[in-house]
Amino acid sequence: MRYFYFPGCTLETKAVGFNRSAKDAAGALGVELVTLPEWNCCGATFPLSTDNVLDLAGPARNLVSTAEAGGDTLAVACATCFNVLRRTNHFLRNNPETLEKLNAFLERPQPYAGQVEVRHLLDIFVHDIGLEAIRQCAVPGLRGLRAAAYYGCMLLRPAAEIALDDPERPDIMDQLLAALGAEVVDYPHRGECCGAYLTVKSPEASMPMSYRILSAAERAGAHVLATACPLCQFNLDWLQARLRQQYASYRPLPVLYFTQLMGLAFGLDTSGYGFEQHYVDPRPVLTQAGVLGEVKAP
Amino acid sequence: MMTRHTGAPNPHALIIGAGIAGMQAALDIANSGYEVTLVEKLPSIGGHMAQLSETFPTLDCAQCILTPRTVEVGHHPNIHLITYAEVEDIQGEVGHFRARIRRRAAGVNWDICTGCGVCIEKCPTRVESDFDMGLGRRKAIYTLSPQAVPNKPIIDKARCRFFTQGKCRVCEKFCPTGAIAYDQEDALFEIEAGAVILATGYDLYDVTRLGEYGAGQVPDVISGLAFERLLSASGPTAGKIRRPSDGREPKEVVFVQCAGSRDPEKAMPYCSTICCMYTAKHAMLYRHRVPNGQAYVFYIDIRTAGRRYEEFLQRAVEEDRVLYLRGKVSKIFRDGDKVVVWGADTLSGQQVEIAADMVVLATAIVPRPETRRLAELLGIDVDAHGFLQEVNPNLEPVSTRRPGVFIAGAAVGPRDIPETVAQASAAAAKVLALFARWQAVPEVVHAGEN
Amino acid sequence: MRVTISVEQVRSEWVRRIEEVSGQDVMACYHCGKCSAGCPAAEVMDLLPNQIIRLVQLGQVERALESQTIWYCAACQTCYARCPKGVDLPRLMEALRELAMQKRGDHLEIARLDVQALAEFPQQAFIAGFRKYTA
Repeated sequence: MRYFYFPGCTLETKAVGFNRSAKDAAGALGVELVTLPEWNCCGATFPLSTDNVLDLAGPARNLVSTAEAGGDTLAVACATCFNVLRRTNHFLRNNPETLEKLNAFLERPQPYAGQVEVRHLLDIFVHDIGLEAIRQCAVPGLRGLRAAAYYGCMLLRPAAEIALDDPERPDIMDQLLAALGAEVVDYPHRGECCGAYLTVKSPEASMPMSYRILSAAERAGAHVLATACPLCQFNLDWLQARLRQQYASYRPLPVLYFTQLMGLAFGLDTSGYGFEQHYVDPRPVLTQAGVLGEVKAP
Repeated sequence: MMTRHTGAPNPHALIIGAGIAGMQAALDIANSGYEVTLVEKLPSIGGHMAQLSETFPTLDCAQCILTPRTVEVGHHPNIHLITYAEVEDIQGEVGHFRARIRRRAAGVNWDICTGCGVCIEKCPTRVESDFDMGLGRRKAIYTLSPQAVPNKPIIDKARCRFFTQGKCRVCEKFCPTGAIAYDQEDALFEIEAGAVILATGYDLYDVTRLGEYGAGQVPDVISGLAFERLLSASGPTAGKIRRPSDGREPKEVVFVQCAGSRDPEKAMPYCSTICCMYTAKHAMLYRHRVPNGQAYVFYIDIRTAGRRYEEFLQRAVEEDRVLYLRGKVSKIFRDGDKVVVWGADTLSGQQVEIAADMVVLATAIVPRPETRRLAELLGIDVDAHGFLQEVNPNLEPVSTRRPGVFIAGAAVGPRDIPETVAQASAAAAKVLALFARWQAVPEVVHAGEN
Repeated sequence: MRVTISVEQVRSEWVRRIEEVSGQDVMACYHCGKCSAGCPAAEVMDLLPNQIIRLVQLGQVERALESQTIWYCAACQTCYARCPKGVDLPRLMEALRELAMQKRGDHLEIARLDVQALAEFPQQAFIAGFRKYTA
């Protein structure tokens, strides 16, 4: 199986471990991810005002490029890029006037008609490859690791546009993690917001939001939290140093990309996954759970 | 379908649904000297009212005021009761309807059964009770309640050991009259009637569709009707308030109004009308049963438009110290042995969290799917949701566009017991007016007359 | 303090513009409070989300624009996902932010940010932050 792949800005810079592990995991499952030629930033937020059609041009250009390259699917790993691209596509499909304007603005040989499907890797892995194939690939697997699936906002809402999972009771990532052999823990805040871009302006606003999620997963017995969004990963990881100062009983919880866990489960070389760049080092927990070999002394 | 009849119109009423509406209409007509065939889907009559604990605003014991009525219906010489049955087909027109009714095989010959209950006592299979909203258990051969009318059991064939595994036959062995009839077949009845009343009642909005309220997965989040069973002296806990998960007495209970009501975007757009009052009643009765407990009610608006209803609400607040919080709940989740409720109190402008022991959802009243089927059969209208459509809500609230077909009760829309009973009597009066006219000048009746 | 309500205020140009930019009918909100009940950022907001809508309904747009609430909305969509009336509150918040910045300039002074901390941030955080807090 072959898909055009949209890495996005953060996966090419800060979240290279996400990018590396996403491609590795896909490869192990026989999914070839072909990086979209000349991709550009999705814009990082879906424009919410009706008078700002031009903000759609950025994300729309990626859809046009996919269509021009002959692709019918754009696979995305980053939950935020996925959300923005998918909402843009949905909007263009339902607003022919805007689509026409954008086509005129983009001046490409073939006008875009909404034919590309924007899909998240979770969707491709679980629905195109299937849980059984993932289970078979999961050697050595994640036995011994308790993982909490964290979906956040971008994989779930607005449900009518994203349509990946039930926004109140999502379980696609839970299914994937379970297929990898992890013990999936149930906790109530898998779809709560981590604080997103509020951290840029005021980390103190994001702190209680991230704390709510992390502490609930930790109390549910999770060893690690799995995410699909670099901004969620950052907030939930970076803020923990502050949370430790704020809450006396706070217990740190490593936050990993779901694809990093796939790489571990599949027994791939994880040396490029950037575990050492995480603020809460996941390696001791992963080693203790028996899913990562002994950490070599530096 | 509209074949003309030349014979005299038949002053016999067919009433579909034997809840409080169907029963009231049946008694009114039967007591006027006319015959009624009363068809009920469940094995016994009484409808939802038979599940209730006490009724607002008087706090009458529901069972106590209902039982004389069910007994009267059961014994009335003019009422032919066909329970555990459904109307499969109706043909004809006013004065001359013909209905085919199928009574499902109960596995028990009710003509011989004395209702002694030995079979139920001896049955080795216990299953979840629908009548108790899943909070209690019943046997695989059962009646809905000890006060059931008729007091004759049926076999739950999906759960009975004999039907599922081929052996057991304990009920047959112990039955003193030999009434157990495993090979009993459905019985078909053809009845003729001059007029029909549809009183098929309501269902509750499916809690599994309320994802943010736990989707039915949190055991201590229950529906208002389930709470009625906990309050009921004849319920699974004999009227003691015990939460489902661990049987403990809940010290803090949150009541959530408008769960699925007034929600055009995701659920039902209309107000279910009875929840404000029954929630006040629930909170009040909870406080009576658990004097040191605290009840909270989340509400959007409180609607107490009925005689002595507002006074009832104020009593709940002032005498029973029920704390009303103005805001719709956004999320309910389990946290250890607590059920956490995220709400808002818009009066003080604050977001609130309550770590409760139990949550009661006032789930929306919705029409039953079979109401739509029967409406289609009778050629009458339902509204966008599937409630029966009256000809004119102002002036003809119990008439339909089909002459001789009348409607009553919660099948027409959410309503409380007083309104339901009044409407049922109105529908009965419409039927009686027809019958009286037919007997005065029977030869002038023809289709189109109402 | 008694606030004067008038037709000029309730039907002001500002209300109309907010409705236009957001694509939302503010009168659709019946103040059940579910948005406020579930908002993950409410604890740092000075007004609850439904109170912001109320101010717009009352025509007190200026007060809504002065509230810090509009800057603490993370557009997480939780309110919209559960709103019984389908009011897209994130769009309303966006319209208010736009209007506030049109009137008063950028909300975020990039020069005053903690550069050291920012070096840690993922790219998408800046892009999103700048798009929300600067015009």
